[in-house]
This record gives sequence, structure tokens and C-alpha cells, in this order.
Amino acid sequence: MKLPTSITTLIAGILVTLISLWYGQHHGWMPEAASREAPLVDDLFNMMMTIATALFLLIQGALIIAIFRFRQKPGDNTDGPPLEGDIGLEIVWTAIPVVIVMVLSVYSFEVYNEMGGLDPAASRDPGPQKTAVVPGTAMAATLPGQDKIALGVGASPKQQGNNAMVNVDVLGLQYAWIFTYPDSGVVSGELHVPAGQDVKLKIAAQDVIHAVWIPQFRLKQDAIPGRDTQLRFKPEVTGTYPLICAELCGAYHGAMRTQVIVHTPEEYDEWLQSQIAAKEHGDGLTVAQIMANTDNRLARQTQDWNISPEAIATLQHMHPQMHHHL
Amino acid sequence: MTSTSVEPKTSPPNPEPERHWKDFFGFSTDHKVIGIQYFVTSFFFYLVAGLMATSIRIELATPNPDFLGAENYNGVLTLHGTMMIFLWIVPTGAAFANYLIPLMIGAKDMAFPVLNGLAFWLVPPGGVLLLTSLILNQPPVAGWTSYPPLSLISGEVGEMMWILSVLLLGTSSILGGINFVTTIFKMRIKDMSLYDMPLFCWSMLATSLLILVSTPVLAGALILLSFDLIAGTAFFNPTGGGDPIVYQHMFWFYSHPAVYIMILPVFGLISDILPVHARKPIFGYKAIAYSSIAIAFLGNIVWAHHMFTSGTPGWLRVFFMAATMIIAVPTGIKVFSWVATVWGGKLRLNSAMLFAIGFVSMFLIGGLSGVMVASVPFDIHVHDTYFIVAHFHYVLFGGSVFGIFAGIYHWFPKMVGRMMNETWGKIHFVLTFIGFNLAFFPMHILGLQGMPRRVVQYDPAFTTLNQVCTVGSLILAVSTLPFLVNAAWSWFKGPIAGANPWNALTLEWQTSSPPIIENFEEEPVLWSGPYDYGVDREQDDDKSVSELLAEVKAQM
Repeated sequence: MKLPTSITTLIAGILVTLISLWYGQHHGWMPEAASREAPLVDDLFNMMMTIATALFLLIQGALIIAIFRFRQKPGDNTDGPPLEGDIGLEIVWTAIPVVIVMVLSVYSFEVYNEMGGLDPAASRDPGPQKTAVVPGTAMAATLPGQDKIALGVGASPKQQGNNAMVNVDVLGLQYAWIFTYPDSGVVSGELHVPAGQDVKLKIAAQDVIHAVWIPQFRLKQDAIPGRDTQLRFKPEVTGTYPLICAELCGAYHGAMRTQVIVHTPEEYDEWLQSQIAAKEHGDGLTVAQIMANTDNRLARQTQDWNISPEAIATLQHMHPQMHHHL
Repeated sequence: MTSTSVEPKTSPPNPEPERHWKDFFGFSTDHKVIGIQYFVTSFFFYLVAGLMATSIRIELATPNPDFLGAENYNGVLTLHGTMMIFLWIVPTGAAFANYLIPLMIGAKDMAFPVLNGLAFWLVPPGGVLLLTSLILNQPPVAGWTSYPPLSLISGEVGEMMWILSVLLLGTSSILGGINFVTTIFKMRIKDMSLYDMPLFCWSMLATSLLILVSTPVLAGALILLSFDLIAGTAFFNPTGGGDPIVYQHMFWFYSHPAVYIMILPVFGLISDILPVHARKPIFGYKAIAYSSIAIAFLGNIVWAHHMFTSGTPGWLRVFFMAATMIIAVPTGIKVFSWVATVWGGKLRLNSAMLFAIGFVSMFLIGGLSGVMVASVPFDIHVHDTYFIVAHFHYVLFGGSVFGIFAGIYHWFPKMVGRMMNETWGKIHFVLTFIGFNLAFFPMHILGLQGMPRRVVQYDPAFTTLNQVCTVGSLILAVSTLPFLVNAAWSWFKGPIAGANPWNALTLEWQTSSPPIIENFEEEPVLWSGPYDYGVDREQDDDKSVSELLAEVKAQM
């Protein structure tokens, strides 16, 4: 049975649409979504996957059909039809990408705005600050009274003007993350946050550029020496997730990772209280201890690597110097 | 309407090359010699950088650093990226342009032959510098982006050699760009309007304009970086009040356009290859020509999309998102036009055509993921992850390298005068296609799932997918062998090609293969448009060329 071309085209179109719609929702490529922001990004990605699958099937399909259907027949040395163009067709396929990118741009803009990317406070860039005192100048790293928080993902439109419930200062340095809770002075090598509460990370870098990436939150922001950045988000699902450095920061860049622990609010309070108590008893972690732990971890991880003990020793010698700047 | 194949009216001159092998090792001013010098040199660096890629993948077969080691890994990945970009894809574009543009427009040589030789001879020292840094065991380790402050604190010798090398290669590409623009505007035979040029000339025009606007900014960035490195200035060094973000702006002002500098020439090659082997005119000549210019323009205003998670304010991210998305429009026009060119043709599926169609379908995947990463909220998740590694390998390997191989299979008979072996060409294609997709497709998923790029050590949960990538990369490495053997054997032993083995219509096929020293014995006559396949001319023998041309134009 031979179907007329228009019917085959129609069937093919319906099939492509159905496959794309299904695959756009069922690709399973994203990790768990654990923050308020994550489902927003996932929905956007699903839509992009739907469109991409449809375009892929159409164009790849056309190419594959052409390879089989329009292959030169043996002995046929004639040319194909001299089709130079078709204004109607060309307008259509200029219009298709125009419409697609307009829809995607507007949708992306909405998602980005909803995530807090357009919070004016997160776009106020005071410019670079010196990271250390340079001989001959009087300027110190931080000018008092100046809010340096800028650049990154800020408060969602509903939260704008409200302070975050949890504030954490994040410092990236080769090859560790140090989290300081400014309200209590607690210092930690892992990020502890309560589920369902607005969290703001104020991110700084000690030496080179690092980047905070929490895949399950779909959030990333570079930590830049001399310039603070921020991420504001709401963790939703309790659990332990990786926090990864995503910007090449040196030989042990791949080992620069730690954990985000999303507690229930009660557990979070318990954790915080225990840290404050430990600090008052003098058992709390200090920055130097976190760094020492990192060095041990690095030493452990690197014992099989082809590196000399001297290299590790150099790393350890570098740290006191860094602490001076903290 | 169909017709018998068209044959050129001018008979080719005597195909006796008056050239000695020593010509290829010295300072030549012949654009064809320089073209081949570029080809062979850049292919050498492709092999070197390919070995580096393979060793990177072998390292990543396990989650722990056990092959290269953490200290060497960043050096190898920096050199791999730098060499593939600056010593393989960019100079190969120049290789095609050098060889083909004068022939395609009927000129005897480039506009500035001595400058042309000079431009080439800046490339080998650039490559030697990078290899020397490796031999000295002090390779640059800050990635091909060389972001300060990391690049300022991790080995002065290697970093300085990297800067000098890239400056040399950038200078080479600026000199080439000046030459291509002048040649295209000033050296065409008098009958040839801009709209009679093969599309490769249009794409090189766009590429050269892009090079001339953006490359000097990279040079500026690198010179300032070298001052920070060796003279203690603080342009980008935050400990002295400098701003590393300024470096990123300057770097990407060149390096985003650089991806178009790499892919636009290939767009041109594909637009010239598909019609010949599909035996149909290119669909939408003007649309393709203008879209190259549009891409060159838009390519200059999208650089900050590499900095969405860097120090970039929200409103600026939104602007660069919109500008980046718009590039999908001219790119889409090209892809649709290529598909329409193939559709309804009489396809000869030889190696050149297979690589050309492979290019379109692989570039399609890179383009689709490119639209995705243009979206700010999505890019925030995948920036600096393996999703990006997958995306740019689909664009730069699936795109540029597939297209370069298509171009080599297509023009090898012209350059060498002998045909390549089709069986080995097809084996090359199949291995490349399988190896490439195995190596790079899983990287999309790795990146989405949480694997950052440029890491020597990763979460053991990602081991399986990484091993698939490694197997793919080994197949990809092996795939080069049939090509190498084929090219070397065919160079000396392949069947004689004749002037026009593909029955193509552009001017370069109207002279002998390889062409004589001044290309054409007499100034060639424009007897046909570049893509007038299927136009029946047999009954038109009595008509003059200008009448024929007028008829062909009327049909456009």
C-alpha cells in the first residue's frame, strides 16, 4: 500500500511531535532537584530538550532519507533539478528559529528573574578591591561601611528587600572551601543549611578564581579574588549534596569538593548550637584546622599520585602565609 | 529538469608541475605551496594534540589520577586546547583559504605574496614554543583561557612561552586576514561579481573581517598579562588592585569570535562541497552568503556569554543571552539550506560527501546544545562542566574537523593531482563517526549530572560514562590511521585525477591538477555560475559566454 505524500508527512509530523514531547519530559539527564530554583531550570531544560529533539529528528531524518532516497543510481550521470532557492520556504525557515529563540529568550528571562538574577542588589558592582595590603598604600582589603555584595543570583522578586534568613560567608582557596556563619562566628568545612529557608552565600576567593557549584541546586557562581559575589537560594529537600569547585584553580582542582548538608530547620538549629558550644569550649574548628584537614585529605588522596612529598610540603608552607590575609 | 553533466569550456593546460620538493621547505610566495605548508604543519600539530587528547582520556578512564598525574594533567589539557585551536583548526582554515581563494576567483596569486609567506612562517615557531615548554617540563597549566590570577602564579616560564606562542599565531592570522580581504576585493577576474564567487570566498571574507576586529584585542590582553607576569604590573592581578574580570572580557572578545573564525571557513567548504556531489545548485546562495556576514557581526557582540557565572551583572547577562540566541537564526538558515541542497539531488556518497553530511548532522547537535547554553539560567548549571566540553567538541570536532576532512577529500585531487582511495576514506569516516559520538555524546550527561570540566579526579559514580568516552576517544585516535596511510599513499601512487574529477563548476577545477605555478595559462573565463548544476547547455553551444551567463542569471 502506498500512502500519498501529504499523509506520510502528517503521520511523520505527529510522530515527531509525540516523541519530542515524551522525550523532553523523560530524558532523565538531570540530577535530583533539591532547591526552589532547580525545578524552574529543569522545566526550562525540558522545554529546550523537546524543541531540540523535534529539530534533531526533522533535520537528521531529512538527511537520512536523502542519503537513501536521493542516492545516485548506478550509471546515472545526470544532474539533479537546478533548484536555486524558494523565497517562501526561506522565509519559513528563517521565521522558525526566530520564533523559537524569542520564546526561549522570554522564558529564560522569566526563569532567571524568578531565580533572583535580576535583583538590583546583585547587579551592583563596586568594582575590584585589593585583596591584600600593598606596601606604600594605605588601602586595606575592606572599606568599612561599604556593602560589597554584588554580582550573582540575588533575591527572588518576592524576597527582594528582605534579608536572607541564613547568611554564610564562603571563602574559596586552593584547595578548600571555608564557610563562616557571621551571625554566630561558627566556621565549617561543609555547608550546613536549613530546608525551606532563604540562604545567602557571600562568596570570596583567597588566591585564584574558584566557582561554587551545587548541581542539585542548579546554581553556580565564580569566587573572584578582590570582588565579592553572591548566591541566594532556598534549599528544599533534606540530604547531602556535593559542592564542587567548577573553575580550574590549580593541580588539585578536581579534589576541591565538599558537601552541602540540608537539614530540617530543627536539625539545623541543633547543629548550629553544637558548633557554638564547641567553639565556646575551644573545640570548634578554626580556619587553620580546616586547612590542615584539607591538607591531610589531599595528602591521603595524593599518596598514589606521581607527586613528590616536597610538592605537598610546599602546599602546606603556603598556607600560613594565606592565613595572614584572612 | 535534469540534464547531462556540464563540462567546462576551457581545456586545462598541460598538467606538468614545475616544482621541486625542496620548495615546500623554504620561504615560498606561491599561495599553493604556502597552502600545503599550512596543511601539513597544522596536521602535524593535530596529531600531537590528538595524542594529548588520548592521554587525557586514558587518564580519565579511572576516577583517580594514575596515568598522567595531577601535576602534568593541567599542562597536557592546556596544550591540547591551545594546539587544537591555534595550531590546527585556525591554520587549516588559512590553508584552505590560501590554496583555494586565488584559484576560485581566477587570480594568479594572493594580493600580498610575501606577507603570505611571512604569515605562514610565524606558525611553526609558535608550535615549537609550546612543544619546547613541554620538553622543558614547564608547560603552561592555566588552561587555554589562561585566566589570571592562576596564570600569574603557576609557572612563569611555561606561561610566558604560551603567551609568546599565541601572540605569534595571532599575528599570523591577522596578516592572513588582511591578505584574504584584499585578495577577494581586488584580485577577482573582471567578469566575477561578489555574487559569482564560490561561497567559501564569502565565508573567508566574513572570517577575515572577524579576525581583523577581534584578534588585536587578544594581543592586547596577552601583552598586559605578560607585563603582570614578568614586570610586576597589576592590570589583572588583584593583589595589586587589578581586575581579573577585565582579562576575561578582553580574552573572550577575541575567543568567542574565534569559534566563528574556526567554523565559518568550514561553512564555506561545506557550501562548496555539497552542491558538487549532490549535483544540485546550492539552495539559497544569497541567504548563505549574507548569513556568514551576519554571523561575523553577531559573533562580536556575544562574548560575555562565556562569563555568565563570572563577575557579570544580571542585566548584562540578559543582553548577552538575547544576542547569543539570535545567532541561531543565520546558523539555522545555513543548516536548512544545506539540507535543501541535498534533498532531491543525485548524491554521490564518496568520502568527501560522507564527511560533509556528517558535518551537517554533527554540527546540528552542537548547534542545538549551543542554543541551550545561551540561556542564562541553564548555563548557570552547566557552565564549566562536561556539558560544555561536549557542546564545543560537537561544534569544533563534529563541525570543524568533519568539515576539514570533507574539504581534504574533495580538494586533494586538485592539490596533488591524484585521487584518494575511497574504501579507506569510508573506513576513516565510519571510525571517526562512531569514535566521535562515543567519545563526546556521553559528556552531555556527565556535565548535567555534576562533573566539572578540567578535573583529573572525579566522583566514582561517573566512571562508566567516562570509560565509554575513553573507548570512543581510542577509536577516534585509531581512525586517523587510515586517513594518514591513504593520504601518504595517494600522494605518490593514487590514480591520476585529471583537471576536474568531480565535474565541478568553480574556477579552481578549470586548471590542471595540481595547478601550474601561475594557476591559469590565460585568464580564465567565467563560463558558468559556481553552482549551476542541472542547467542544460548542450543546445547553447553557439551562444557566447555572456549570453549564457545572462540566461543562467535569469533562472536564479
